[in-house]
Amino acid sequence: MRRSRFVFVAALLIMALAVGFAVTAQDDVIEIEYWQYNFEARVTAMDMLIEQFEAENPNIRVIHNSDIPYDNFRDELAASAPAGVGPDVVSLFYGWIPAFVDAGYLVPLPEEYFPAEWIESYFSPMVAQSKFEGEYWAIPTAVRTLALFWNKDLFEAAGLDPEQPPTTLDEFVEMAQALTTYDGSGTDILNITSEGYAAQISGQAHHWFREVLLRQYGGVPYDEENRTVLYNSEEGCQAFAYLTAFETDYKTGSNDLFTDATQAFINGQEALHIDGSFRIGTIAANNPDLNYGVAELPVGPNGEHYTFGSYWTHGITRRAAADPARLEAAAKFLQFITTADAGTLWVNNVGELPAQLEAASDPALLEDPILGAFAAGLEYSYATFFVDESAQRQVMMDAFDQVRLAGMDPCDALNEAAIVEQELLDDYWAGRDE
Amino acid sequence: MATIAQRRKSLFESDSRPTRIRGDWKYKAFSYLVLTLIAFTMVVPFMWMISTSFKPVTEITKSNFFPIDATVDNYGEVLFNTELPRWYLNSIVVAVMTTVSVAFFDSLAGYVFAKYEFPGKRIIFILILSSLMIPTEMLIIPWYIMSVHPIIGSSWVDTYWGIAFPGMITAAGIFLMRQFMQGVPDELLDAGRIDGVSEFGLYWRIAVPLSLPAIGALCIFNFLGNWNAFIWPLIVTSSQKMFTLPVGIQFFSTESGSDWHLIMTGATLSVVPLLLIVIFFQRYIIEGIALTGLKG
Amino acid sequence: MSGLTLAKRKVIWAYIFLLIPIIFFAYIRIYPTLSAFQMSLYDYNPLSEEQPFVGLANYEELFDELSNPRSVTTAAFRNSAVYVALGVPLQLLLALGIALMLNEIRIFGTIYRLFFFLPFVTSTIAIAWVFRMLYQPQFGVFNVLLQAFSLPQQPFLKSPQQALPSILAMVIWQGLGFAIIIFLAGLKQIPRTYYDAAQVDGASRWQSFRQITLPLLNPSIIYLLVLQTISFLRMFAPVYAMTDQGSGGPLNSTTTVVLRVYREAFQGLNMGYAASLTVVLFGIIMSITVIQMFVSNRLVKT
Repeated sequence: MRRSRFVFVAALLIMALAVGFAVTAQDDVIEIEYWQYNFEARVTAMDMLIEQFEAENPNIRVIHNSDIPYDNFRDELAASAPAGVGPDVVSLFYGWIPAFVDAGYLVPLPEEYFPAEWIESYFSPMVAQSKFEGEYWAIPTAVRTLALFWNKDLFEAAGLDPEQPPTTLDEFVEMAQALTTYDGSGTDILNITSEGYAAQISGQAHHWFREVLLRQYGGVPYDEENRTVLYNSEEGCQAFAYLTAFETDYKTGSNDLFTDATQAFINGQEALHIDGSFRIGTIAANNPDLNYGVAELPVGPNGEHYTFGSYWTHGITRRAAADPARLEAAAKFLQFITTADAGTLWVNNVGELPAQLEAASDPALLEDPILGAFAAGLEYSYATFFVDESAQRQVMMDAFDQVRLAGMDPCDALNEAAIVEQELLDDYWAGRDE
Repeated sequence: MATIAQRRKSLFESDSRPTRIRGDWKYKAFSYLVLTLIAFTMVVPFMWMISTSFKPVTEITKSNFFPIDATVDNYGEVLFNTELPRWYLNSIVVAVMTTVSVAFFDSLAGYVFAKYEFPGKRIIFILILSSLMIPTEMLIIPWYIMSVHPIIGSSWVDTYWGIAFPGMITAAGIFLMRQFMQGVPDELLDAGRIDGVSEFGLYWRIAVPLSLPAIGALCIFNFLGNWNAFIWPLIVTSSQKMFTLPVGIQFFSTESGSDWHLIMTGATLSVVPLLLIVIFFQRYIIEGIALTGLKG
Repeated sequence: MSGLTLAKRKVIWAYIFLLIPIIFFAYIRIYPTLSAFQMSLYDYNPLSEEQPFVGLANYEELFDELSNPRSVTTAAFRNSAVYVALGVPLQLLLALGIALMLNEIRIFGTIYRLFFFLPFVTSTIAIAWVFRMLYQPQFGVFNVLLQAFSLPQQPFLKSPQQALPSILAMVIWQGLGFAIIIFLAGLKQIPRTYYDAAQVDGASRWQSFRQITLPLLNPSIIYLLVLQTISFLRMFAPVYAMTDQGSGGPLNSTTTVVLRVYREAFQGLNMGYAASLTVVLFGIIMSITVIQMFVSNRLVKT
């Protein structure tokens, strides 16, 4: 009795081992993991790309983890890193790249798959923000830019031509004022019943200031090496005063009203709105009847067009680099999902712009009434080098709040912001230079 | 130490007591007026929440209290297009898991501390109680690191166990149960021993049935506390499918804006069933607090 | 085991029954506490492979920031102190007043008690979002009411001056029910004969409150004082849910120590520094508890 049980167990063990060997022997396939945050359109598009990739590369299997919401994405990567699990190829907001490089999480893109000269001729110039210390650390499929949204119905109601959005910063102010309506009891912020323009500093307005207004007034945000804050200048003061005046002087709106400026625009309570192409989907989902148009951002005193570009980009992790076969598979996959074809698939499914110049110069795209204005911005867009995106954004939010809530002079607020942000940059670079 | 019968009596004793100073109708009228006003402020936010959940998205930022164009679309969206039903399930699983564990281990440990003598009893009891002084916030970072590299199994991050483990046994509950179990008569236990009842049997068949009111109060508070817990589930869950209700509701607000219609509908769905439970069991719960001083 | 004496058998059984609780407390409570102390001595970043030992550098940074009156950390400690200093007395006074009135009435007593109790059992996050809406300019209930009485609109959560009191009001509102119940339980312990005797002696209502109710309610008051002080010190969820992106704004006017811990540890991934913050918080809570034990011991003796 006892003996037969032993035989039975032994037989089971042998069978299990045999099955194990059989599986491993047959398994020449390399499995790599790709992670991105949860955003339905992006997930669908990536699934299509993975399917195509696996068809071309039968020996590579890509596991797609897209379960993690945006807010938890960094936590989850941090959680997986020490445990030795996690992605081989990961999508990160480009502003996070420096921090992830600093933590040793990413490895440089392998030169044989991604030669620097090729990247620089093939992609939009904004991808250069992922190059530092002489190497590229990440490469995107698609990018996004800012443009001006305007509500045609509100234009009409204010007696303006609904097909003529503002083209200069001065016009923008005039129209914002004309488009603001108040209740009977006064013309203060809290009397507003419909906004002309409200600066959402925690949203896109801090980008509009850093990379657009500042440049339009003749300034620059940082030095070439991204080590020194330079916006605490005469030009910076003017640009920041321009941005804050909508709330403090012209009283055309505030992000505090109607829950926030984005919500106000979606609900038809804000006439002019500066936002990215990703907002189109939100509008379609929440208020499909909104009668709006999208134009290029207004030009400033120097007559030049600028816009802000940002992107989710893909990097290769140190986990992949630990094994040459995985690294090769990861590089192949990354190469595949950043081709012009992938960019085109992305624009059609996600509404983001292709990062590759050849796909972005497609005439059909440029003529699109909604996406055209964003695509036009690709050639004059700048991205910001963030060492700590949320802290640097907070700096701008605080400066803006000091002006509108504590009555501080815009110049003083900006100077204070520059001191804090310089500390952030110094901290980062001190760590890198060691 | 009050006997169990006395405690039991106080638990269900009528709370209405005769007015002390008779005929002081002005004071009474004033009390009713003030209490009514305050009671009103207690309910208005809930009414607003429920009313907003029936407003179409474009009406959210209008000032009407009741929806003009009432709709149940928000409910459809929340129930079918978001993970809210799953969050509901998660909240229930976690709350039930911890409550069952707390009911068993807290009462067992409380029983041992009340009825057994053994070397090290004082020091063990003090060590357990002293953990009450440690704020949870101090532990979340180490817990998080422990969840990433656990001693048992692979990562606890994003699992039910990960959400629940900090609350599986509570020091306050052990203390409460010890106080209560001291009222279990020794004669009953000794009689049981003579009859050959096992030590576990004494706990299970004598001590537990006599302490049911306290165990019940402990369970209700533990359930509520875990149902509403926020900071730890926020940290230890990373995918939408493992969120608990509070974390999920917060998740309707992201960097790109807050989905107020979803937040209000989710809040209504998470709060209303609980309110019904509380209304149903209110006497039990309120007496439970009065008896134990426990906070949810 | 049958060969052992009853006393010895009981000892063994006690250890067996306590085995899991002891392991649990050692591993889930005591070990992490020590580990928080240890982490506070490291530059701990979970993304990195190495965690360098930095000695007391995190504490130096913390005290550096505290010496700057405009730093976020200073704001966090200052706000937490304000939440406690305003919130605890206000909540206790309100609750005591309501409990006294509730104690007085007979008809509908249960219904009132239930109303006051409802907010306490609901999720703070859900309630915080509801209040965030009620506080909105223009369409929020409070501003609609102000408008109805032709009073100027108020920014509430949007103003650095009003945001903290606005959040505090919600927290007091939510916790009121709990304090009321504890007070009611305390009031019920006071023998009615004391009041009858006072009435015979011709004591006024106020006199019997001062001479009988307040002194005999002392244990409840101290209990609530400590419990609520600690809970206000640990405030996180209401501020996280009621401020823009959980920032503790505007201009850090509402941020708390625990919010700081969360942002440093889980958004900035500076876990070492965040651990040093929690150690300081632990020190504060510990001192409050010890002081409370001291004070209540003295009260009992006198």
